[in-house]
Amino acid sequence: MNYWPLLGILLVVIGFALRLNPMLVVTVAALATGLLAGLDLNEVISTFGKAFNDNRIIAIVWIVLPVIGLLERFGLQQRAAAVIRGMRNATTGRLLLLYLAYRQVTAAIGLHSTAGHPQTVRPLVAPMAIAAAEKQHGALDPVTSDKVKSYAAATDNVGLFFGEDIFFAIGSIVLIQQTLLTYGYNLAPLQLALWAIPTAIAAFLIHGGRVLILDRSLRGVGR
Amino acid sequence: MITLQWLYMLAGAMFGAFAALSATDRSNAKRLGNAAFWGLMAASLLAGDLIGDFGNGLLVLTLAALAGFGWIGRGSPPTTSEAEREGYSARFGNRLFLPALIIPATALLGTLLYNYTPLGGLGLFQEKRETYVLLGLGVLLALLTMFLWLRPPALAPLQEGRRLIDSIGWAAVLPQMLAALGVLFAAAGVGEIIGGMTQSVIPEGSIFLAVTVFGLGMAGFTMIMGNAFAAFPVMAAAIGVPLLIRDFGGDPAVVGAIGMLAGFCGTLMTPMAANFNLVPAALLELQDQYGVIKAQLATAIPLLVVNILLIYFLAFP
Repeated sequence: MNYWPLLGILLVVIGFALRLNPMLVVTVAALATGLLAGLDLNEVISTFGKAFNDNRIIAIVWIVLPVIGLLERFGLQQRAAAVIRGMRNATTGRLLLLYLAYRQVTAAIGLHSTAGHPQTVRPLVAPMAIAAAEKQHGALDPVTSDKVKSYAAATDNVGLFFGEDIFFAIGSIVLIQQTLLTYGYNLAPLQLALWAIPTAIAAFLIHGGRVLILDRSLRGVGR
Repeated sequence: MITLQWLYMLAGAMFGAFAALSATDRSNAKRLGNAAFWGLMAASLLAGDLIGDFGNGLLVLTLAALAGFGWIGRGSPPTTSEAEREGYSARFGNRLFLPALIIPATALLGTLLYNYTPLGGLGLFQEKRETYVLLGLGVLLALLTMFLWLRPPALAPLQEGRRLIDSIGWAAVLPQMLAALGVLFAAAGVGEIIGGMTQSVIPEGSIFLAVTVFGLGMAGFTMIMGNAFAAFPVMAAAIGVPLLIRDFGGDPAVVGAIGMLAGFCGTLMTPMAANFNLVPAALLELQDQYGVIKAQLATAIPLLVVNILLIYFLAFP
């Protein structure tokens, strides 16, 4: 077997670890992997270009930016923060716990594209989490404020990943079903989706516990 | 029928406008770099199917060079000040949330109507792509509503969109680059190599160790590929099917479903999953590009352990 293509992976790991520009790292790794696998330069560039073109669907999500930017222009982030300041019992942890539950439940019923980092985290969840943290202990230093924002983004990811597989018509369920079918195991999508529930509960408990611990550490910073 | 092609046109037109507005932004010393970068994205979306595979390849190499050698900067499109925003927020109150909800509401109601009423039978949208089409529809509805209600300057949506895309920068294109890298990894046979290596480290006869290697392999190979979808067929072929299901008699539904979720734990820990981990760091303007990954590690690792235990106890009762 030709093990040389693994050098491409090594390049990626080293490049990311040294924090080189990821666009360059990825391009160099792609060219190296293709060449090491025995393609000529022309074929490598064509394969890379075709794959990029085939994945243009990824770029479509950016069409929400003009709407989000316009909403920010008219004070949506400030409004989100004001709502949180008006709630006596709001804390960063409780807010993120609620968002985690919302994200898991909506993803589980197939509504995974109704929220996300550009659509909900930047304009709503992050400013709300920051406002709640400021209420708990006054102005935040940049490190703490970045930490709160990171937790907001992390909560979106965890909620999405460990909610969506409960929905039986999602791509990953179809992939599992098709893969196992090639070995002669014909499973119903619903059967697979049900086995996603134990992990979903564990994810809620683990990540939910962590956002509540974040609250405690924020109170600690305040004193 | 509304197809993805329409959305590529819409997104391409938007990136074209970003490029044109970037070119005239004198506050950005690298404005020509920005104009070239967003202009190439527009070209890819508008004409990607016309310029051939090699043409697309050269386009990608140029994008990578523009980003990698620091030739793109950050413009300062006209927007409102913090004080003005506080003023708007007080003036419009909670009604400001309504336009924000148009996009999710269109996606939700549209998907339900399309899938559960005879409307779906009309073949209005490309099959299985209705969510994307409805996303585009929601964007246009939200813009229309805000124009009628708030009357912003005509160019405001594009300038505000450019403000955001410039703050994200090349990270906006990285997920697509990584997907393309995954295709090259697959073409080079990386999957078979990793599958073979994983198989060779399994000790004979221990169900628990085989499950552990399967779970760690799913997470680890997902971290390399940035995507659990690429890891699943490889790990299923190497360990999941031959060992766990055939030799040890594990329940295929549990091995498949929870094996995939073990992979998702890997997605939380890798910069290769750029759209989940690096793009939000840019979008939220974090100092540390790995900030989101660091916030996820302490969830991902215990959850991976839980998944391995779940497979062991549920698939082999």
